[in-house]
Amino acid sequence: MSSSTESVKNPQEDKFAVWKEKANRYAQHVLALPNDSFEKTIAVALGLCLVGAVLVSGSAVALKSLQESNKSKDEKVNILEVAGLKTEGVNIDEAFKQIEPKIIDLATGNPVDNIDAKSFDQRKAAKDPAMSVTIPADEDIANIKRKAKYAKVYQVMEGGKIKALILPVNGYGLWSTMYGFIALEGDGETVIGLNLYDQAETPGLGGEVVNPKWKALWKGKKVYNLAKKDVHESNLSEKGQTIETGEVALGLVKGNVDPSKPGAEYQVDALAGATLTSRGVSNLIRYWMGKDGFGPYLAKIRSARG
Amino acid sequence: MNAEEKKVLVEPLVDNNPITLQVLGICSALAVTSQMSTALIMSLALTTVTAFSSAGIAAIRNHVPSSVRIIAQMVIIASLVIVVDQLLKAFAYEVSKQLSVFVGLIITNCIVMGRAEAYAMKNPPWESFLDGIGNGLGYSLILISVAFVRELFGSGKLLGIDVLPLMKDGGWYVPNGLLLLPPSAFFLIGLLIWAIRTWKPKQVEQADFAIIPAHGEAH
Repeated sequence: MSSSTESVKNPQEDKFAVWKEKANRYAQHVLALPNDSFEKTIAVALGLCLVGAVLVSGSAVALKSLQESNKSKDEKVNILEVAGLKTEGVNIDEAFKQIEPKIIDLATGNPVDNIDAKSFDQRKAAKDPAMSVTIPADEDIANIKRKAKYAKVYQVMEGGKIKALILPVNGYGLWSTMYGFIALEGDGETVIGLNLYDQAETPGLGGEVVNPKWKALWKGKKVYNLAKKDVHESNLSEKGQTIETGEVALGLVKGNVDPSKPGAEYQVDALAGATLTSRGVSNLIRYWMGKDGFGPYLAKIRSARG
Repeated sequence: MNAEEKKVLVEPLVDNNPITLQVLGICSALAVTSQMSTALIMSLALTTVTAFSSAGIAAIRNHVPSSVRIIAQMVIIASLVIVVDQLLKAFAYEVSKQLSVFVGLIITNCIVMGRAEAYAMKNPPWESFLDGIGNGLGYSLILISVAFVRELFGSGKLLGIDVLPLMKDGGWYVPNGLLLLPPSAFFLIGLLIWAIRTWKPKQVEQADFAIIPAHGEAH
């Protein structure tokens, strides 16, 4: 009598108890089998996989929010650092308020309004066929194969004017595709800094792209050879192009840059013992500052300033 | 702590070191020793994984069918490595970026497999756990010594802090670039093995067979 009322009250629990009992009996049955029997082999393998899967997915799910906040904080730190806005004891989120993310169309350099700048992920977009284009091999000097049609740039505003620009760049070094940001002054040609935050180059050699001393060498360098602007302008107009831009002159040179020599403002010391990484860095600058990268956008910034 | 526990914990440090005597885990010893910080975290990660995987494998050792035992060990090791990798990404993000793929490669580290197969399959969980810790520490000892030499003489730093002022920054020290490349770890580990075997001649292996002189003397 009492058992029937209980089963009416809690049919689910009852069912569960039955299953538990069955599972228990099966577990004992399996454990008692000889180790090399067919059934035990399958049961042990399945059981282990189940435990492993629960462990792995459990930790992945439980730690996801922490990992993501680390990642977004890390990106903000990278952006602030390259723009020289990260000073001792500054609040990351507070400092990031003066920075405005903007989506631009790489081909035209115009801002795009119908994409949410907060959620746009350029690295993901570069892999999405609908959002990206294949780069023809002869134009692909940075060796990145595909690029997103749109780019997420960050503008540091001050009094309604652009004080600094932070542009995402990537290119292949020796072992890895290096991802980073280059920060330019509001004039669209003077470098504030280069920060390759994601790379797997040889530690101590190519990996020295993260060395603060080397990164400091970039400050004040010029991207475009605007002194020869007249020559280039006439060349470009002959080909029917309307982009007003000088050639990308910025790059790495072997040995120490002699500041007294002409052209030193376009040169940064290459990394010792890392010829291929250095070449990769030069190439990614040349690509992303050129007409296939941010060239059109930067030309617009420059002409807007007059 | 009884004698057996002490033995499994202390012996792998020098007398039965996984790198210098068993010559296991060489690959990661080459890859992560150009800096002290990566070597330290790698040591910590590997010690944790070896200890817990050995304990886990020892707990089920009597029920693992011998036909699938390697796969069964791999499942446990791989799960633990992924958990460690996830933990590093959540709590030590900077370091996890530096170690990148090497944490994942603990799965293929011969020390973890070697201890599972040689010790954990035959011994109870607690001893296996200690054996894992001991071997992890033996690995750490070699890794950290190699990293110490490589970072100090390769880039004039220790744990990223300048120790020897470099020539290019106006100091006197010209760094040895070879030490930053993986082959230098081979040389250093070779020298270490030499030093340890001179100190403890018992570790010198007997030749498998004697070479018979083919020329001279034979009349």
